[in-house]
Amino acid sequence: MRFPVRSFLAALAALAFAGPALAQQTVRIGAALSMTGPAAAYGANQKTGILAAIDEVNGSGALKGVKLEAVIEDDASTKEQGIAVFQKLINQSKVAAIIGPTLSNTAFATNPLAQAAKVPVVAVSNTAPKGITDIGDSIWRVSLTEGQVIPGALKTLQAKLGFKKAAVLYGNDDAFTKAGYDVMKAALADLKIQVLGEQTFAKPDRDYNAQLTSLLGTKPDILVVSALIENASGIVAQARQLGWKGPIFGGNGFNNPVLMKNAGPAAEGVYVGTAWNRASTDEANTKFLALMKSRGVDPDQFCAQAYTGVLVIAEAIKQAGTKGGRDDVKAGFAKVKGLATPLGKFSFLPNRDGDHTPAIQVVKDGKFQILQ
Amino acid sequence: MSGQQVINGLFLGGIYALFALGYTLVFGVLDILNLAHAAVFMLAAFVALTLVSAAHANLLVALPVAVVFAGLLGLVLERIAFRPLRGRSDSNISGLISSLAMAAIFEAIAHEIWGPNTARFPFDTLPDQQLQILGGVVSRLQLTIIGVSLGMFLVLWWLVQRTRLGREIRAVAESPRAARVLGVNVDRAIAWAFFISSALGGAAGVLFALSFNSVSPDMGRGVELKGLAVIILGGMGSMTGAVVAGFALGLTEVLVVSHLGGSYRDAVSFAALFLILVLRPRGLFGAPSLREA
Repeated sequence: MRFPVRSFLAALAALAFAGPALAQQTVRIGAALSMTGPAAAYGANQKTGILAAIDEVNGSGALKGVKLEAVIEDDASTKEQGIAVFQKLINQSKVAAIIGPTLSNTAFATNPLAQAAKVPVVAVSNTAPKGITDIGDSIWRVSLTEGQVIPGALKTLQAKLGFKKAAVLYGNDDAFTKAGYDVMKAALADLKIQVLGEQTFAKPDRDYNAQLTSLLGTKPDILVVSALIENASGIVAQARQLGWKGPIFGGNGFNNPVLMKNAGPAAEGVYVGTAWNRASTDEANTKFLALMKSRGVDPDQFCAQAYTGVLVIAEAIKQAGTKGGRDDVKAGFAKVKGLATPLGKFSFLPNRDGDHTPAIQVVKDGKFQILQ
Repeated sequence: MSGQQVINGLFLGGIYALFALGYTLVFGVLDILNLAHAAVFMLAAFVALTLVSAAHANLLVALPVAVVFAGLLGLVLERIAFRPLRGRSDSNISGLISSLAMAAIFEAIAHEIWGPNTARFPFDTLPDQQLQILGGVVSRLQLTIIGVSLGMFLVLWWLVQRTRLGREIRAVAESPRAARVLGVNVDRAIAWAFFISSALGGAAGVLFALSFNSVSPDMGRGVELKGLAVIILGGMGSMTGAVVAGFALGLTEVLVVSHLGGSYRDAVSFAALFLILVLRPRGLFGAPSLREA
């Protein structure tokens, strides 16, 4: 007698698909975060935000019959590891949605995998202006792009400080820092600010003295920098050591309290556009701050965005009729409108990018303070 | 080129030279590349950092301790990664690979103990005094680095050329078998070469970490390639070459950055390296190859 292999497999497959539709279900949310490597400083904060939000959602009982569970993996700040992690989350952990990866650079490599498998991805820290959500209709984004944050922030800052000449330094070996530079260049041109000089560096660099000496020699009013946090800290410290006392405007990579820890007093007078207004007195934000305080964590924008990412997924599950399948989450995202989050009222734009109001902050007395 | 850029170049060159001195010593003796040199560089920096920040040791205590620790790591390296392979016909390649494995292990250990984040010395570790020279600013630490790398070169030169140990090391470099016949303790001489080489690498690591105030498990990677370029430029195994090429590379890089932009820095450096390899394969100061094995 021949064993009906084919129908047996079909039955197994049917069972596997039927699984997630049962009444009391656990919905797994995967996260690919940079816990090691150059972006490790962001990943740690993101993990905190995700875990806090999942406890918050599960504790609130907002999703009846659904329990969220986090599966957090380290993408090591690299594309290669990111791809391995995505494959694991999609095929082994069977997650309903993936948060991450931390870096835009990694996202360009990993997200096509999720798109092919129809697994919804929520980018919570990718800020490259173009290409992330263009990967496909499964890719959604909570983080505002550099294109959404930088032009407004520079305009506000110019109105305050009245600078006319800028020098620009950027990392040209990373999708995120290069894209940030493109936005800065366009924004400076729009504001009719003269660019006196441009220099580049690479991620592994620790010495920026040559570039900075050359830029500062052009006598700019402001130094504009697109860099990830480790480079950013070194650049700020070395610029001050070379005698630069003027303002430094940084891209989103500067948006981390590690900057003050690393660069110390040199960080004073650094301006950064931000998607998260720490000083906001919205209820969702004060609640988030209190929650983080109770966990003994000093949150940053990355933490707030990762936290928001989970809230958005929970809302999508709710909008889909409290169902946590991959397609349900995706269908639910389209219905997220004006959701109260620490970032403000959150909605998705038609191109699946996030939409809320940005702010600008300055380092003063060792802290980020919102520039009013 | 402005005075400030000359200072920048000399400072960067000092770091390259210090790193390359130890690198080239082992190459000169054993004809193998010790790819774990950058990992020793990194671990020494972490040890100094821990002594200063956790044990509140004075830097003048922490630096020598870290340097000796690096030297001991060199002994470990020699014993585990190189000695068991010595005498094999393919020991050049297998030693290269086992040193690469040790580098990965050292990095993993650093990850485990100190975590992936960049760590820093407390801000008051060094009095941040600045001096005005050549129309630019230079910190006392930067001057120290330039001085230490030249000083180390002189000490090493004296050690290798003028002491009994140096003679033994040179004899082993020439021919381990002949040296053994003449009564040289070959294993001991090689172990010393590793100790000195790694101690130099460690010193470079601590000074590098202090000057950029940045210590992370992957901090050695950028310097490793440059160090390799420097010892090839200078002539494999030549100490004078390592120092001259170190400063030359530092100054060239700064020159390229200030005139062509940062994007061209590595391209020009490695193009120069390529040219040297084509036009003068033994490097600027390399001894002509007399004996083909």
